[in-house]
Amino acid sequence: MIKSILTRIQQGHRTIAYPAGPAPALPGRFRGRPLFDTAKCPDGCQKCADACPTQAITIASGKIKLDLGRCLFCTDCADACPNGAVTYSRDYPLAVRQASDLIVDSDQELKLAAALDGKLRKLYGRSLQLRQVCAGGCNGCESDVNVLGTIGWDLSRFGISLVASPRHADGLLITGPVTQNMRQALRIAYDAVPDPKIVIAVGACALSGGPYINHAEVNNGAASVVPIDLFIPGCPPHPLTILDGLLRLLGNKNLISRKSLPPAR
Amino acid sequence: MNTQHTGENVPTLVVELTNGQAVPQSRVPRLDIQQFQSVILDSVQSGSRVVALFGAPDRKERDSLRMYVLLADDRNGRLKLTSATVTADGFPSLTPRCPQVHLFEREIAEQFGIKPHGHPWLKPVRFHRSYRAGADAWDRQVDQDFRAGVMNFYQITGGQVHEVAVGPIHAGVIEPGHFRFQCDGEIILHLEISLGYQHRGVEKAMQGGPNKRTLHYAETLAGDTTIGHTSAYAYIVEALAGGAVTARAQAIRAIALELERLANHVGDLGALSNDIGYLPTASFCGRIRGDFLNLTAAICGNRFGRGLVRPGGSGFDIDASMVDDLLKRLDIAERESRSAINLLWDNSSVMARFEGIGSVDTQTAIELGMVGPAARACGVDIDARRDQPSGIYRFAHVPVSTWHGGDIFSRAYVRWLEIQHSIDFIREQLRALPGGETRGNLPQLQPDAIAVSLMEAWRGELCHVALTDSQRHFERYKVVDPSFHNWMGAAMAVRGKQISDFPLCNKSFSLSYCGHDL
Repeated sequence: MIKSILTRIQQGHRTIAYPAGPAPALPGRFRGRPLFDTAKCPDGCQKCADACPTQAITIASGKIKLDLGRCLFCTDCADACPNGAVTYSRDYPLAVRQASDLIVDSDQELKLAAALDGKLRKLYGRSLQLRQVCAGGCNGCESDVNVLGTIGWDLSRFGISLVASPRHADGLLITGPVTQNMRQALRIAYDAVPDPKIVIAVGACALSGGPYINHAEVNNGAASVVPIDLFIPGCPPHPLTILDGLLRLLGNKNLISRKSLPPAR
Repeated sequence: MNTQHTGENVPTLVVELTNGQAVPQSRVPRLDIQQFQSVILDSVQSGSRVVALFGAPDRKERDSLRMYVLLADDRNGRLKLTSATVTADGFPSLTPRCPQVHLFEREIAEQFGIKPHGHPWLKPVRFHRSYRAGADAWDRQVDQDFRAGVMNFYQITGGQVHEVAVGPIHAGVIEPGHFRFQCDGEIILHLEISLGYQHRGVEKAMQGGPNKRTLHYAETLAGDTTIGHTSAYAYIVEALAGGAVTARAQAIRAIALELERLANHVGDLGALSNDIGYLPTASFCGRIRGDFLNLTAAICGNRFGRGLVRPGGSGFDIDASMVDDLLKRLDIAERESRSAINLLWDNSSVMARFEGIGSVDTQTAIELGMVGPAARACGVDIDARRDQPSGIYRFAHVPVSTWHGGDIFSRAYVRWLEIQHSIDFIREQLRALPGGETRGNLPQLQPDAIAVSLMEAWRGELCHVALTDSQRHFERYKVVDPSFHNWMGAAMAVRGKQISDFPLCNKSFSLSYCGHDL
């Protein structure tokens, strides 16, 4: 017992101060939203788009459009670019409310997720119970959703918890491309959640199918089965990106002052 | 029959190769099925293991299947490869005489619609349609609907007997799978595990590669084993291309592989503590796991090591200032892990839940072909880093950690031993990083070749085998995740035990669903 107490003292208080205080430091090589400096692009160059494993990049009339739902945040486009036009933002907020907001021009600001409105905000703003459903996820997204429950992040201080049954839940948090073999189970879980309910899709697979886009064995993401209220891009998203998305949805007052982020370099 | 590849007059039954080697397909013997199975039986009886047994389309006979086996002779550090032709009529199942192949034969049946006659447990593995149109091992029609988990489960009847069905969706944040228990009161008589919910069609999609998605399939085969699977994939490509990777890149990959082991082992020890309600270690380890993931992120920007391993080398370098930072953070994480984890062994209420529960005996572990910490906890002295080393492990050795109990304590304690050895290894590597480049260009892949690659990832030995066609593309790509060997071990561990111990037993194996389902 004494040893437990001593260890407790040694290990210290480790919950992050965010969002009231600063966010934890991101790694120096962190890859947020890929940014394209089109001034460096020669006419007709398609190398980044050609290298993209998920066709997340489209180039038309000198503009580069990126689908953050498909983006794996890998280095393939940056590696393929001969002119160093591709860099990565260090901003972690990436969550949006509409699928169409995932597709952004290179010079366009990201329309970050707005808070739930009216009745839903009143119901869930201070208490949100989520049932997590993994539907073909690789355990990357699942691991970094799980980590939010550890003492470092302490998700429950925001009134958010992950519960065992969809009947105890206010919504689903879905990961994975939705395999054919999980389609029915996901639908049953969704139907078991009492109304009104919300659905959060986490990671490239749940947003678009990710690396598995157009496989016969998957359904190209959660939107094929259920309506989505919050899209959190990444492969997998950093825990801070997931937490930021959840807090924006609930209208956390420390975050809502920043509605959008400029594509800063 | 003599199965040794020794005398000049003995017919060649196998081609011998080492880990990370490619040979022309023409060198792989083509035996008849009896000879082929004798080779497997004799090898297994003399202590070798079945690393992979799989089918590939037969180029000569369109309706036939070419079956390959990769056997590991761990004591001599050799791999043996051979093949046989199997017709559409099927083949006699080897499973009754060699339990190690039970799931491999089921997989072949499902993938190619070819029956292993006499298989005692012939059920679908992943619930998908066969690769050969119209061929189905269960004689289902092409338009017949079937669903994952819908099959005949083994049932026990009797007055006290009841059935418990769990999943595919479980209570926690965890991948899906179905568990069907036959219980007598609180005691589990039998557990049948039915998976396939995570099937994404990876092996099929690897065919025709490498292309721009291939690396990302490897990275997400099992997302918690990104470094393990991408390393295995990289060695396959490098073997087929005949390109050397610099010592520096090999060292960086090995550092990343050990960091992956650390994060998962520490996380699992925390999760085991959580499952028995011992919250101090659960809380501390849950956080320290993140510190190890963040060390990986410091190297490559991603906590799971996405982008770190590339065929031809490493996507990222570790510069001198980063070495100091990593060493400093490793020291802190080591100190904190030590104090958090040592609480477990001194606590009698923890040990009461760890010791003597979920036991698998050595003989069962060997017969099932178990691998990794789960096998080493049963006293099975195997570790691909020592027995079939590749990359930097050929020069820098990691002591193999075994324990003898086969119970939950042993599986936990082996992890703790491995944590300490991995930290020492990373420290040594960081202090003496070889110079040179981290990434080079590779020549084209050899056509008509076969390459093998084994890695000792945190869950155990994982194996990739690739066959190239005449156009230098993958004709067949086989992946064996350690979970494929070990799921049956988890089922055996709970037999005759209380059902309330199941979550703890399951966690102590910590197996992958998507790694199994592919």
